[in-house]
Amino acid sequence: MEITNTIVEKHGLKPEEYSKIKDMLGREPNLLELGVFSAMWNEHCSYKSSKIHLKNLPTKGKHVIQGPGENAGVIDIGDDDAIVFKIESHNHPSYIEPYQGAATGVGGILRDVFTMGARPIALLNSIHFGSPNHPKTKSLLNGVVSGIAGYGNCIGIPTVAGETKFNSTYNENILVNAMAVGHVKKDKIFYSKAKGINKSVVYVGSKTGRDGIHGASMASAEFNESSEDKRPTVQVGDPFTEKLLMEACLELMKDESIISIQDMGAAGLTSSSVEMASKGDLGIELELDKVPCREENMTSYEIMLSESQERMLIILEDGKEKEAKKIFEKWDLDFVVMGKTTNTNNLTLKFEGKIVGEIPIDALATKAPIYERKWIKTKLPEKKIKIQDLKKIKLEDAFLKILSSPNQSNKNWVTNQFDQMVMTDTVQRSGSDAAIIRIHKKEKAIAVTVDSSANYCKAHPYTGGKQVVCENWRNLISVGAKPIAITNCLNFGNPEDPKIMGEFAECLLGIKEACEFLDYPVVSGNVSLYNGTNKKSIYPTPVIGGVGLINDINNKIDKCFKKDGNIILQIGKNFGQLSQSFFLEEIYQIIDGPPPEINLSNEKNNGLTTLKLIKEKLVSSVHDVSSGGLLLALAEMSFNSSYGVKINKPKKISNLMEYCFGEDQSRYLIEINPTDLQKINKILDENNIFNEIVGTVQKDYFEVTDELKIEINNLYKTNDTWYNNY
Amino acid sequence: MNSSVIVFPGSNCDRDIAVALEKLHFQNKMIWHKDMSLPKSDLIVLPGGFSYGDYLRSGAIAGKSNILKEVIKAANSGCLVLGICNGFQILTETGLLKGALLRNKNLKFLGKDVHVKAINTNNKFCNKYKKDQVLKLNIAHNEGNYFTSTEHLKELEDKDLIPFKYCDESGKVNEENNPNGSLNNIAGIFNNNKNILGLMPHPERMVDKAISNSDGVNLFTSLLN
Repeated sequence: MEITNTIVEKHGLKPEEYSKIKDMLGREPNLLELGVFSAMWNEHCSYKSSKIHLKNLPTKGKHVIQGPGENAGVIDIGDDDAIVFKIESHNHPSYIEPYQGAATGVGGILRDVFTMGARPIALLNSIHFGSPNHPKTKSLLNGVVSGIAGYGNCIGIPTVAGETKFNSTYNENILVNAMAVGHVKKDKIFYSKAKGINKSVVYVGSKTGRDGIHGASMASAEFNESSEDKRPTVQVGDPFTEKLLMEACLELMKDESIISIQDMGAAGLTSSSVEMASKGDLGIELELDKVPCREENMTSYEIMLSESQERMLIILEDGKEKEAKKIFEKWDLDFVVMGKTTNTNNLTLKFEGKIVGEIPIDALATKAPIYERKWIKTKLPEKKIKIQDLKKIKLEDAFLKILSSPNQSNKNWVTNQFDQMVMTDTVQRSGSDAAIIRIHKKEKAIAVTVDSSANYCKAHPYTGGKQVVCENWRNLISVGAKPIAITNCLNFGNPEDPKIMGEFAECLLGIKEACEFLDYPVVSGNVSLYNGTNKKSIYPTPVIGGVGLINDINNKIDKCFKKDGNIILQIGKNFGQLSQSFFLEEIYQIIDGPPPEINLSNEKNNGLTTLKLIKEKLVSSVHDVSSGGLLLALAEMSFNSSYGVKINKPKKISNLMEYCFGEDQSRYLIEINPTDLQKINKILDENNIFNEIVGTVQKDYFEVTDELKIEINNLYKTNDTWYNNY
Repeated sequence: MNSSVIVFPGSNCDRDIAVALEKLHFQNKMIWHKDMSLPKSDLIVLPGGFSYGDYLRSGAIAGKSNILKEVIKAANSGCLVLGICNGFQILTETGLLKGALLRNKNLKFLGKDVHVKAINTNNKFCNKYKKDQVLKLNIAHNEGNYFTSTEHLKELEDKDLIPFKYCDESGKVNEENNPNGSLNNIAGIFNNNKNILGLMPHPERMVDKAISNSDGVNLFTSLLN
C-alpha cells in the first residue's frame, strides 16, 4: 500500500514530520510502521510541545524516590512505606462518551499505580463541565460521575476527594482528570525499564479488541463538528477484569519474577513495548499473532494500535514463566509469552513468522520531535471595576446567591455516588479541605487533595500557576498534614497558538516557582493539549494533586466548628481583593482584573505556623479562605457542625462586600479556645504573622452584626438545593 | 469462634471484614471460590463487592459457584451465615434468603452513612444491641431495594425476621429515611431459623472509631456471647 499525503494527514502527522520519518528509516514506512510512528509522535505520547517547559519543574527532594518519567511518582513517607501517585486526563474520550471515557480514565490511572507494585488506596477526580445551562452539561455530568463511580466502586478503591466545577469555557470540551494514590513497601517498587536480552516479553490481562484505535491521536487534536464520529476510538472499561489484573499482578510481585512491567495505556502495545525497550536501551521483538484477540481477523496494525483496557506487558526473569502463568490462570486472565528483548535496538514486529515492521527504538522515543513553540506573555490585567460603581446588592442576597450557586453548592449528589469507605482506612471523606487515608494497620496517614483555578490562570497565567500550587498546599495544611509532593495535570488549549502556548509556559513558570519555594516537588503528571473546539481553546486549567503526611492520625483536624464561644482568628491579611473573585462572577457576571497576588514568603510562613499551632493542639478547627472569600469559608466551617458564627463587622473597612468576599490569598481561619488566645498571639507575633479576630462561634445562627442573621439549618438547605433540583 | 470469609473474584470488602473479625477475636480463614470444601466454621461470611463483576445480575454467578454448594450445606445444618451487601444479594440468589434486591429507587449508586434501628434483638446476631437502638452504618450499593411477596413480607414482620430497618436519627422509620426504596425500610432479614442474616449496610466499616464509629461492633460480639 502506497503511503499518500492523505494517509499521512489522517495519522495526525505533519508533512515535515513524515519526511523526518523517511530520513530516520532510510525508506518509506509501511502502513503498520506509519501507525506506530503516529502513535508515538502525537502530542499525548511524545510531549513534543511541552517537554522543554516541563524540564524546568523541580522534581527532586528528600522525600522523592521517583520523579516524572515512570508510570507514576513515588515518595518516601518514613519507615518502609512509600506512596505512589499520579493524575491523568481523559478529557476527549469523556466528552464523546462520558460514562466509558470517565470510567477508563479511572482504570488507566489505577494501572499506572499498581504497575509500580503499589496497592491503590485512594482515588480523586477533578471534573469540569460547561455552563449548567448548556444543553449537554446535564448528561455529561451524569455520565462522568456515574462512570467514575462505576469503575472505582467496582474495583473497590475509595473515591475520597475531588472537585466538580462549571464554567462555560468547557461547553464543548469538558475536563475529566483522575488521580490515583497507592501504598507500597520501599523495597518492593517495580519499574518499567527493561534489562537483559532474550528475556520473555509477556502479555497479560484482557484480550485485545478494536476499541480505542488511535485514541491517543484523537487526544492530540481539537474537536470539530465530526467529533461525534470518533466514538469508536473511545475505549470500553471493565473494572472487574482490572480488579483481577490488579490482584494477579500484586500476587506475582511478591516474589522476584518481574524485571520490568508497564501497563498498556495510551497507544497500547506500541507505547508500552517501546518505552520499556527505550528505557533499557534494548530492542524488543513482538510476535503479534500471539496476542489474544477478542475480535476475528485483527490486523497487525489494529493489534499494535488498539487501546483495549486492562492489559499489561511484563518482562520476566528466565524460567519464571510457569509460576507466573499459574497466578494469572488462577485469576482467569490471559497470559502469553509474545516476544523477547533483543540487542538490536529495534522494535521488530512479526506476524506468522514474517517481519512486518522494523523501526529503531530511538526514532520512536528519544528522537521523536520536540518543538520549541512560539509563545507570548500575558500582561497583568489592570483593575478596572470598582465595587462602588456597581449596582448595590444586600449582603444577605449576595451571600445566599453564592451559597446556592452550582460551583459552591454542596456536592453530596456527586460524592454519594462514590464508595468512600471501602478498604476501611478513610479517616476523613470528601467535603473536607483534604481527604485523609490511614496507612493500613498503622497510626500514620496521608492527606490528599486536587485543586484548580482556571479564572485566575486565564487572567494571569504566571500568578494563577503559583496560586493553584499554594491553594493545594494550604488545603493539606488545613487538615494537619505536612505537604510532601504534587502531581499535575496540565489541561490547555492549542499549543500552535502562541497565546495558548504562552499560557502554558507561564503557568508552568508559576508552578515551578511556588513548588521550589514551598519545597513541594512535582513527581508525576500529564499534559493534555488541544482542549478546545474549532480553534476556541479552553481556559488554561492546570490541576494540582497534592499528597501530605500526617505522622499521627490523632493530630488531624477538620474544618467544623466545635464549641460555642470559641474565637475565630484569621491568619493572613484581608485586603478585600474582588478582581477575579467568585463574587463578581456570580453576582455581576464580571470576570475582570488581575487575580489575587501570591506572596510566597507569606504563604510559607502562614502555612507552617498554622501547622505548628495544629500540632500543639491549640486549634479546634481550621479552614483556608479561597473562592468565595471569608464569608463562604465561615459558612463551610458551620456545615456539619451544629454551630454558626457571629462575625463582627470591622469598623475600618472601605466596603463590606470586599471584606466578606475578597479572595486575598494565604489566609486560614482557625477556631481557638479564648483561654489560649494569649499563647497563640505570642506564637503568631514571634513569626510575624498578621492576624485578626473575625468573630465567635455561636449556636444556631450565622450572623454578621447588623447585616445578616440566618438560621444555620436554612444555611445548609440553601447550600444543598442546586444539585437536587438540576 | 472460627469464621470463614468466602472470596469471589470481584469481592472487595473481603479484607475489611477479615480485619474486623480479627480485631474482634474471631479465628478467621479466607476461602477461595474455587475451593471444594469449607474448613469447620461457626460463622461463614459472604463479603461485599462485585462478585464476577455483577454484570449479569448482582450475586447471580456467585450463587452458582463451587463453594456455594458447601455454604448451602453448612447453612442448612445450622451454621451461622452473614451476607453483607453483595453477600446479601448472593444469599437471595441461592434461595437461602427469600426475596430480591432491586436497583435503588433513584437508580444511582448510594455510598453514605444512614441510620438503622435494631427492631429485633432476640437472635444470635443482635443480642448485644438494645431493642430500638439507633445505629449509624455505611451503605454502598446499587441494588439494595429489598423486594418480596406480600405473604413473605408479612411472615418477616410476624416472625421477627427483620433485625434492622432504615430510620432517621431519632429512630423514626418512614419513607423519607428510606435510602433505596426497600419494602418496609428493610435493611436486613433473617431466614426462618435466624441463622442466616442478609444485610445491606456494612457493619465491618463501623468497628473503628478512628475512621467512623463502633456501631457495628455488637453485631460481631453478639455472636461470641
